[in-house]
Amino acid sequence: MAIRRGRGVAAINYPTGMNLGGDPTQALVHSTPTGNFMVTLSSVDLGQGMKQIMAQICAETIGVPTDRVIIDTADTDTGPHCMGTFASRGTHRAGNAVIQAAKEARQVMLEVAAEELEVNASDLETDGQGNIQVKGAPQKSISIFDVALSAHFKRGRSISGRGMFLIPRSYPEKETGAMKPSTCYAHACTVAEVEVDDETGEVTVLTVKNVFEIGRALNPKMVEQQLVGGSWMGISHALYETTEPYYPNRDHGGTDFNQYLMPGPGDLAQTEIIVLERPSADGPFGAKGPGEMCANPQIPAVANAVFDAVGVRIDTLPITPERILRALKAQAAG
Amino acid sequence: MAKVPVEFTLNGLETAEFVESGTTLLNALRDKIGDTSPKGGCHQGTCGACSVIIDGELRLSCLTLAETCGGADIKTTAGLAEGGVLHPLQRAFLDAFATQCGFCTPGMIMAAKVLLDRTPNPSREDVVEALSGNICRCTGYEPIIQAVLTAARANSQNAA
Amino acid sequence: MELRKDYFADVRKDGLHEIGQPRPRLDSPGHVTGKTAYFADRNFPGMLHLKMVRSPHHHARIRSIDTSEAEKHPGVVRVLTARDVPHNVYTILILIQIGPEDETVLADGKVRWKGEAVVAVLAETERAAQEAAAKVKVDYEVLPAVFDMEEAVKPGAPLVNEYHGQNYYLYDSGECRKVRFGDVEAGFAQADHILEQSYQSSPIEHAPTETTGCVVAPEGNDRFTCYTNTQAMFFTLDNTSIILQMPGSKLHFVGGTVGGGFGGKVDVIVEPIAILGAKLTGRPVSFVYSREEEMQISSPRAAEKVVIKDGVMRDGRIVARKVTGYTDAGAYSRHSPYGAQKGAAHYPGPYTIPNVWIDTYCVYTNRTPSSAMRGFGVTIGDFALEVQMDKLARLIGMDPLEFRFVNAYRDGDMKAHRQPTEGAALIECMQEASRAANWPVAEKYMAMSSYRKGA
Repeated sequence: MAIRRGRGVAAINYPTGMNLGGDPTQALVHSTPTGNFMVTLSSVDLGQGMKQIMAQICAETIGVPTDRVIIDTADTDTGPHCMGTFASRGTHRAGNAVIQAAKEARQVMLEVAAEELEVNASDLETDGQGNIQVKGAPQKSISIFDVALSAHFKRGRSISGRGMFLIPRSYPEKETGAMKPSTCYAHACTVAEVEVDDETGEVTVLTVKNVFEIGRALNPKMVEQQLVGGSWMGISHALYETTEPYYPNRDHGGTDFNQYLMPGPGDLAQTEIIVLERPSADGPFGAKGPGEMCANPQIPAVANAVFDAVGVRIDTLPITPERILRALKAQAAG
Repeated sequence: MAKVPVEFTLNGLETAEFVESGTTLLNALRDKIGDTSPKGGCHQGTCGACSVIIDGELRLSCLTLAETCGGADIKTTAGLAEGGVLHPLQRAFLDAFATQCGFCTPGMIMAAKVLLDRTPNPSREDVVEALSGNICRCTGYEPIIQAVLTAARANSQNAA
Repeated sequence: MELRKDYFADVRKDGLHEIGQPRPRLDSPGHVTGKTAYFADRNFPGMLHLKMVRSPHHHARIRSIDTSEAEKHPGVVRVLTARDVPHNVYTILILIQIGPEDETVLADGKVRWKGEAVVAVLAETERAAQEAAAKVKVDYEVLPAVFDMEEAVKPGAPLVNEYHGQNYYLYDSGECRKVRFGDVEAGFAQADHILEQSYQSSPIEHAPTETTGCVVAPEGNDRFTCYTNTQAMFFTLDNTSIILQMPGSKLHFVGGTVGGGFGGKVDVIVEPIAILGAKLTGRPVSFVYSREEEMQISSPRAAEKVVIKDGVMRDGRIVARKVTGYTDAGAYSRHSPYGAQKGAAHYPGPYTIPNVWIDTYCVYTNRTPSSAMRGFGVTIGDFALEVQMDKLARLIGMDPLEFRFVNAYRDGDMKAHRQPTEGAALIECMQEASRAANWPVAEKYMAMSSYRKGA
């Protein structure tokens, strides 16, 4: 009886957005009198940080710092339609809608600035700090604060924009299944290293090294949050989680956090995250949806590592000590 | 139904309320007093989201009857920032990006505070042990552990 | 975390002002101070609490329901049954024309899974609602139930859901979603080795720390404000409008701050009945799942069975792959027909295989309806595919990582569902994993690229 070590690899891809498309999201953007920008949506932040990412996308597009953007979302009396937060669609769909709305607002903003500076709008650029300046002559500039005041009180212009993003729905061909499920895919490869106690069947995940390709890390710290938490959930799925431990039998389903098992803070694998960015053709600044796929590759990587360690295949999830012990017993019996 | 008067100190303020016998401290704080920082994630003492500090001890407010808290000194995450300045733990949770959905955060911070009050220079194992009664489904725990260790270091630097 | 900017630098413009910057999250200060307002942080004077009477049986006919004792219980304000729900039979994807309507808001004549909602009790306190719920008498005639997907699709199995008429979802393509590419039998005939393996999962719970729920307040003008943790505002509003036969203009949903979703809050379950309760009583209503309800009543990730048959050559090329996937929907559709369809689009995985045959079935059984969860339609498929890849590599004596390079898709490769591959990056992920994990592969694989020369 011994602690045996093994490692396994898995590589995956994942489609961004609702499969087959047909899932619209809209956004509205307008400036306040002093040049702050309100983004109005009905998208939902589940904790992944949708509000923050929409603020950064709007800020980048308008050309202001992110703290000049306010997100008003998920009130159906004010926010235009969003299909919802699921299918790794939030950043991609809502982000594109915000870009479109923000571009329209930016254009009005530049037109008002052009009138104030008596130049052509096409000759203007933003400095990202809250000012609009003449390309090649940055000394000739006006603050967005002043542009917004002018638009509101002097020129009667609404610095605002409407955005809508919809990927037309694809209908699978009945006999061949020809279809367009998604416009872009994220990728991942995970290597997991485990120890398996062949006496108890217990698995300890020592390390997971995850490489994720996500199009563009719009906010790297938030990407890291999502990927670290997802990697944890993948390991949890691999080894612990089930509402019906003896499926298809319905008995013994866990009803609380004592019975429904997940790794706690003392059960963490040493986790490494490496991010690659191949911008997608239609993503906001090239972003794809990383939210779901980041929890997928750990499951087979751990399963393959368990085999590498003790030479038994557990093809039923979760990979419990009981299943490992039964397999080891069967293996020993030849 | 008969109501029971209960008086305690909540985040330094004298607080009095009438509660039905059997009301949990969690429900009294949230529904009667209006401090919604403790969260009800399970109402059965298994998730830690409702954690508060009673007379210096970490307690699950969902398993504590309000009527047993007479004269107690109760602290919640809502009262942690003083004069609008965040507590080092709150600052560290922000800087470490240790919150996602935020639902477990107030309970995590309470658990961490009791740890740091007693063990100003905790080891990683101490932090893991202190957080082991609090469930987080988003972060994978590592950023939270790092935040608590960072807050401890900040505290000890301030003390030195 | 390490950002490897050297990959794909030629196709990416860096140096933006706000994008790519690790800006602090604007919502975090609210989280760390306990000030963030979740739906349940709204409390209204006179708020009623809703509790469900649930089926104790997996499958049963309801002979009668007697609510008289419950109605007399102190604190009870209203008891709701199927008769009170204007459009009681619904399905959430009807908004995008995926029917038929197959699920009851409150059971009408039959229950199809253990835990199904039968009667809703509204009372002044949670305790009164709970006590009254225990006094509702339902007379059941227990029916045979089916739990095993293979049993369910056999002739003579108990029929789970009459609205479908058979124990599988009927796609326009028939009993399953199909993908046919190349000639899979010819591929098997040509292969040096054939490997057929079966993979299985069980249901998984999202287990968000905040349970599913909503708080509804009448606005006093025939409109209702619903504070909810739904993942989809209008999706829920529009389905509620259908179920309650109430113009959408009468409904106001407020949400967007959710204590974890993971797909578990995409169903439309708590809002319609809570709004109905508020409408019929004129009082605010709170309906929040207990932890037990969240764990066993809310939809889980579907259990799946995946059978993969592969034909592989000694040099590592997979020349044929046949996948049969079964998604256990439980008693009702919810999002499972979509999940099974998504699986059909996902197989055979990120590999270029000339001959592919895919059938994915959405099967009904007498268990808690499954629905969306982080990656559903793909997650369990990836487990099956990637364990299968490991087995194939070992079968032909190749390194498992190198084996994946041999088959990895690249730009321009035709996928089984007949879309050319665009924006591939699997090879680069594997190259970086090879380095990071100190898992060396042959130089020719490290020299590969997802780009096609001349493309």
